[in-house]
Amino acid sequence: MGQELQEAAGRLGLDAEKIARARECARRIAAPIHEYISIHTTISIERSTLRALGADGASGDGVPVPNLAVDSVKGELGKGAARYYVGALVETGWTVEEMNLKLASGYELSRAGVVDKAGVERKAGELTRAYCKRVKDNLAFRAKKISERSERENSPLLYVIVATGNVYEDAKQARAAALQEADVIAVIRSTAQSLLDYVPYGPTTEGFGGTYATQENFRVMRQALDEAGDEIGKYVRLVNYCSGLCMPEIAVMASLERLDMVLNDAMYGVLFRDINVYRTFVDQHFARMVNALSGEVINTGEDNYLTTSDALEAAHVVLASQFINERLALDAGLDHSLIGLGHAYEINPEIENSLLYELAQAQMARDIFPKSPLKYMPPTKHMTGDVFRGLVMNSMFNLVSKISGQSIHLLGMLTEAVHTPSMQDRFLAIDNARLVMKAASSLGDEIEYKKDGVIAKRAALVLDMAAEFLERVAESGLFAAIEEGLFADVKRKPDGGKGLEGVIEKADDYWNPIQDALESELFQADGKGGD
Amino acid sequence: MLIRPYGDRLNDGAVQLSFTLPLDASGKAVEVAREYVLRLGFESCEVAHASPLMEGFTMFVAYGWTNVSIDPDEVEMDPGLYERSMDFHEVNAFIKEKIERKLVVVGACTGFDAHTVGIDAIMNMKGYDRHYGLERYPMIEAHNLGAQVPNRELLNKAVELGADAVLVSQTVTQKDAHLVNLRDFQEEIEKMGLKGRFILLLGGPRITHKIALEMGFDAGFGKGCLPETAASFIAQRLYERKE
Repeated sequence: MGQELQEAAGRLGLDAEKIARARECARRIAAPIHEYISIHTTISIERSTLRALGADGASGDGVPVPNLAVDSVKGELGKGAARYYVGALVETGWTVEEMNLKLASGYELSRAGVVDKAGVERKAGELTRAYCKRVKDNLAFRAKKISERSERENSPLLYVIVATGNVYEDAKQARAAALQEADVIAVIRSTAQSLLDYVPYGPTTEGFGGTYATQENFRVMRQALDEAGDEIGKYVRLVNYCSGLCMPEIAVMASLERLDMVLNDAMYGVLFRDINVYRTFVDQHFARMVNALSGEVINTGEDNYLTTSDALEAAHVVLASQFINERLALDAGLDHSLIGLGHAYEINPEIENSLLYELAQAQMARDIFPKSPLKYMPPTKHMTGDVFRGLVMNSMFNLVSKISGQSIHLLGMLTEAVHTPSMQDRFLAIDNARLVMKAASSLGDEIEYKKDGVIAKRAALVLDMAAEFLERVAESGLFAAIEEGLFADVKRKPDGGKGLEGVIEKADDYWNPIQDALESELFQADGKGGD
Repeated sequence: MLIRPYGDRLNDGAVQLSFTLPLDASGKAVEVAREYVLRLGFESCEVAHASPLMEGFTMFVAYGWTNVSIDPDEVEMDPGLYERSMDFHEVNAFIKEKIERKLVVVGACTGFDAHTVGIDAIMNMKGYDRHYGLERYPMIEAHNLGAQVPNRELLNKAVELGADAVLVSQTVTQKDAHLVNLRDFQEEIEKMGLKGRFILLLGGPRITHKIALEMGFDAGFGKGCLPETAASFIAQRLYERKE
């Protein structure tokens, strides 16, 4: 820890003690939340558990099997749905596949207690080990490919988005982007999927503003990117959204289909989708444990604050949220190397020295979170439709990202605020980034920031304000702070928002073999997860 | 008076174009691009640049020169919503003097649309690009209900708060999702017997005044709309109604 602080003081000469105090506040903020998390489950966690155990498929009218299974034992969920699902498998002697078909055509799980307890535990152990093996095999496959093929990767990784609504079109566009040297492809979700309390089943070709996240769609994209990667000798990373009411389920699906990154923010759903606070915090913890086991990099969503708040005025809230996201992620077993904290280039470009302020923010994040694969988001708010100016803004963004050593770089599109990116827009974005980053390849190493200069002073100020802000939140508690609108100027009541009815207090005999396995893998194996 | 695009001489008709053709990059592809520009009606064309995007696709930057002219006087446009806009101080003074009470404005991003960036820019305290949002107007009581608000809920809230104006924001217009939602909005208004009760404003990056009128709104605002543009319209329309 001592050494980390030294590094953290970093290139801008930030006050290491202040950084440590901010981390301590984040710890104080997280502690009471964990008390709540540990004694609750949610319907989405229960569905995720069944998914990990093998539940899949959907009924004729499209209700997913995990929903059917969990809904059939509603009222008993405090004990965990796994005992009923596995209990039925043992009782009937059906395979998981047979059980899925039966459930899809109307079979209901029995609410009666488990008879053969030893048999159920044995079966659950078998299914849990199979799940963990598949996830670890995926992790090993990824690690091997990346280590063999890292030469072609850009630094930072260039991240682009596809959003056609049709998974087969997405696959084509993603392939094109990969061939043009993009490293990371994210599929935007259909608008409002975050508010569905189920995950649609099968491949989909109709979406609004994006494509539904389904396990089959994940598989289609994975295959397309693996093929494109083999062609060009690179491992192309796949991203989707682990957010909304089905956060834990998406995490399990992502772990099965070898997604490499997921957007997963502890507070995004609360602030920007009006999902209930309790639901969100319980869900994010389970989801992040799954992400941790899978070795998926999470991307947090601090960039979103700047769409509702002013980027200069709210800079410290972005930093404060990074501290909180980091703490909650560590607590869920994620290693620093998997915590892709987010931030964005959103200061009004008309402000004098805006580029310096952006550099201050980006370098500050790098200095304070030296091991985090920071995710840097492009200008969107001040993109006007003037594509020529847009290209200039993106170039400035690219330059700041390279100088400050960001890790994951979401490419700005010159047609932002006009239309979803066309093929040539993506090409121009990649071309721009590669040109700027090549031209400025070693610039970051050459720069020593002037002591008491505009950049160092700005970063120090933001850190000061963030530390103060975190003190306030630690005093009042995170829920109260959210209620007051301290984050992103959005106010949420603890018992308001969507999905609270899906939060269930755990009974004394709550049983969840997947959660048990996650916890033993993440927290007992090698002491990973703490810092 | 007839006019044409201006490059570096009056009426030289120079137009900059950029587009992609589903062809491998080659000398032939450049010729195809040039011929295509001519078929668009240009008199001459120069393909300045061709970039291969991937196999089977090439992007071109081209310049075309056209003889097509236009008489600006033959083009009609809706009376300038934007030209009639007052600034922050003028709007507040106007309301205070002419309407003599605070205006109540309720806004939301409705239906499945989750993109609040537009409604926030217009309504939130901070506004956009240093133009204060309606919440900061001393003569306006503004309520931003946020994203994915069902139409009925928005209207109920507008009734409850005694709104003068309702702002509907729609960002996602892919596959005309917004039109379905807007029709539903009008149906709800009919059902609830609220026709004519509020001044209705529609906003979004791809919204035009024309679309808004077709969908039963009083005005539509697209790109370039600032908080004061919307505030001016509401104040002026309310004053006209009062007259």
